[in-house]
Amino acid sequence: MSHHHIICSNVSFSYEKNHEILHDISFSAGHDDAIGLIGANGVGKSTLLRILVGLEMGFTGEVSIGEIRLTKKTLPRIREKIGYVFQDSENQLFMPTVYEDIAFAPRNYGLDADQVEERVSHALNLIGINYLRDKQTYKMSGGEKKMAAIATILAMTPDVILMDEPTIALDPKNRRRLINILNSLDHIKIIASHDLDMVLETCNRVILMSEGKIIADGAARNILTDKDLLEANGLELPLCLQGESDISWHPGEPHGHIHL
Amino acid sequence: MSKISDAIYEVHYMDTIASGTSPVHRVHPLAKLLVTIAYIWFTVSFDKYNVTGLITMVVYPVALFSLSEVSFKHSIKKLRIVLPFVVLIGIFNPIFDRTPRFLLYGLTITNGMVSGFALFIKAFLTVLASYLLIATTRIESICYALNILHMPDMLVTQILLTYRYITVLLSEANHIFEAYSLRAPFQKGIHYKVWGSLIGQLLFRSIDRASSLYDSMVLRGYSGSFKHSQLPNARWQDFAYPLLWVTLFAVLRYTNLISFIGNLFI
Repeated sequence: MSHHHIICSNVSFSYEKNHEILHDISFSAGHDDAIGLIGANGVGKSTLLRILVGLEMGFTGEVSIGEIRLTKKTLPRIREKIGYVFQDSENQLFMPTVYEDIAFAPRNYGLDADQVEERVSHALNLIGINYLRDKQTYKMSGGEKKMAAIATILAMTPDVILMDEPTIALDPKNRRRLINILNSLDHIKIIASHDLDMVLETCNRVILMSEGKIIADGAARNILTDKDLLEANGLELPLCLQGESDISWHPGEPHGHIHL
Repeated sequence: MSKISDAIYEVHYMDTIASGTSPVHRVHPLAKLLVTIAYIWFTVSFDKYNVTGLITMVVYPVALFSLSEVSFKHSIKKLRIVLPFVVLIGIFNPIFDRTPRFLLYGLTITNGMVSGFALFIKAFLTVLASYLLIATTRIESICYALNILHMPDMLVTQILLTYRYITVLLSEANHIFEAYSLRAPFQKGIHYKVWGSLIGQLLFRSIDRASSLYDSMVLRGYSGSFKHSQLPNARWQDFAYPLLWVTLFAVLRYTNLISFIGNLFI
């Protein structure tokens, strides 16, 4: 039995002929991985996430999640294992209240009313938004919507959480709250983001992409401190590392004072 | 606020009032749906000249307004959009049916006038009853009731998604309208020359948003039919509610209550 939960082998994808969006992507992820997927705009980060949940199926190569090969036939089983948090929470919340939205997945997976209630309460407590339980989704702030969107996927009890730009449009307080929540979740995480400071705080591994290819895959600390590598691929050092001279940070540690 | 954002507000307002906690809100949605269907059926089945009988049917909306805390003023304000259509329905009756029926202070009232007025009342009451149903019952609960009645799943899902997507379409239209008006401050409305491209934009954007919402649904196990929340088991009140109302409607429909009460005093 493989100890890798996600295996992506030689995946290529294009919408049009001769214009590949992803080229020969191969990586695997195990149970301890929190992966930051970074790269400039349009390098294929979101497309890769969409492939992993089967929203884009016209790819070549192989994707397996939890030893199940991703095909049209296995989609329902795969999707039960993966929670995907959309970039725009407006697209994720479509039921009238937070409760109804979180209960949507458990109901679809055939759980009875008591189990649904239990799943919803658990997800709300995990994120700490029990007070939003009966709130109408359209009345919520951007930060509340993001928390509710995460709760909707936690109610599915997934093994893997994929997030597309989770900190976008969040104020500093909600961003900090999100980082704390991400660090408290022991799921396999793949987080596509331009917020490299958040990636530094929440991920132990980073995959750097450019022009549809994986350029670097390694420890977050190594990649996110490599100024030349980041700049060569349209990025720059995380803000907390800019202009400092000494580094004394280790993965998993809050990095209030990082010195280069 | 633009008219589009007004409309978005209205949809959300309906969601809010439908989530109320009044005694009417607490009645099982199937009971309310059946009562509404029965009310509409009894109301339209009145004889075309029976205006006095029809007036007694007002008792249902009056009772619901007072029990449900739904604002009558707001409801009439909302119904003003359909009222012209309601008037149109009966407007030709006085022209086609000119047989004199009775004299009122020297004015000859024709059969057409009476039937036109009756038609107007029927249309008004039935629209009001439907409005009261959606104002006291959430759309998901109505769909749940339709499911219990074995309405085809596809149709129920269509109703639910249409309702949900209205706000998606409206909010995209609102974004386009706001972006346009900020860059065309001296124009009232949108110039007809750009209607085509803006409608195209609206279509593409709405399809995009709708696809994302659909993606979000399928990722959470949606496979073509909504799994509704199970409502608490029906209580005795939920059986009594339709029974009492349907009995009352039958009494109002098949007895001439107004002349009966009038005879008691004359």
